Amino acid sequence: MNLKEIINQLNIFAQCKKFGLPLWQCPHFLFLVMGIIIIGSTLLTYAIGSRYVEDPLMVALSVLMITGILFIIAVIITRSFERLAEANRMKSEFISVVSHQLRSPLSNLKWAMELLMSGRLGKIEEKQTEYFKILKENSARMGELVSDLLIVSRIETAKLPLKKQEFALDDLINNLIKEFEPFAKASNVEIKFRPEKNLPRVLADPSQIRLVIENLLDNAVRYVKEKGEVEIGLEQKKNNFYFEIRDTGVGIPREDQKYIFQKFFRSENILRYQTQGSGLGLYISKAIVERSGGKIGFKSEERKGSTFWFTLPIK
Amino acid sequence: MKKVLFIEDESALQKTFGDILKQERYEMISALDGETGLRLAKTQKPDLILLDLILPRVNGFEVLKKLKEDKETKDIPVIVLTNLEGIGDVDKAIELGATTYLVKAQYSLEEVVQKIKQALGE
Repeated sequence: MNLKEIINQLNIFAQCKKFGLPLWQCPHFLFLVMGIIIIGSTLLTYAIGSRYVEDPLMVALSVLMITGILFIIAVIITRSFERLAEANRMKSEFISVVSHQLRSPLSNLKWAMELLMSGRLGKIEEKQTEYFKILKENSARMGELVSDLLIVSRIETAKLPLKKQEFALDDLINNLIKEFEPFAKASNVEIKFRPEKNLPRVLADPSQIRLVIENLLDNAVRYVKEKGEVEIGLEQKKNNFYFEIRDTGVGIPREDQKYIFQKFFRSENILRYQTQGSGLGLYISKAIVERSGGKIGFKSEERKGSTFWFTLPIK
Repeated sequence: MKKVLFIEDESALQKTFGDILKQERYEMISALDGETGLRLAKTQKPDLILLDLILPRVNGFEVLKKLKEDKETKDIPVIVLTNLEGIGDVDKAIELGATTYLVKAQYSLEEVVQKIKQALGE
């Protein structure tokens, strides 16, 4: 934490404004008030004690009174934390409701478009196909964003079910690479996969692990500028699977590295030439890996590339 | 011609499926709410029911339960076609007797048509 951040933290008024809470319901401010009262009351008790030392009842009463005030403030502070937690819950709920509501019109659009594009309702001119493709790609993008938001809201409200089963991780990776082949080719990226031989099967939720690898692979291919390669490794390290994906992409600037797993975070250098993306992929990936009992991390250098890795317990 | 009953409150989807199923030579019957759906299932005797879960009047789970409780309708296969995919939704629908559970966002129109054909044994 640098000096600027510390000063920001101390600016209680700004902090309370950030949470959208009035001063008397803001924990930061209330803690300050409580601190001042504690210091004041200690001094006051000392003053009373030294003056009325022959009358202990007086001292006891004043201490009792001050404790009472502190108790009331503590109750108010607890209430304000409740309000913060409630606001957070409402936000997750809001995301969940909105993304659900967006899903219906999106599937209506998607299927109506597919019917038009299938040619079942009449032949389509080539010029029209181009525009249908634009419509389809953009509605797919919106669909993905909405799905990401739904997963985030499920992670936050602890409603993401974990359906563990045994499966071969290398098969899953090979299938994903096949799916990514056209996108990689169009981006001039070569994907290499070298798994260790005779790996045991993994016990995890395949759909969620698929999502993690999909996110990492998508990032690796997407952020390679011009031409490059993506190398995937999979091996067994003691009781864990160790997955690694190395790219020769734009890398993550040092000052952005600590924020990379935060929700909605997108690095400055990426925004310069790649504006698509929700900033949710790595946040979701981290949550899933950790829920599955593994760890996730990365090494990166700007303009040289990034290496992301994660582990999963074998059983 | 085989009959498919589509219980779904989104009229856009009713239209899309109406057109594509007609091309596939099925007769489609529309119900825009759960109550109508239940009535049509009894009177029209469809070969397959496509069922959304979020429905006005009687919700999809309730419709499914009543369909499976009724002797006249309990043998009609039901494909649930919905955007609900929370904890328990899938399990609950399968437990109540749904043949297949499809999340709208995850399937293309052609894939859904294939599932319909499969459920009709074609």
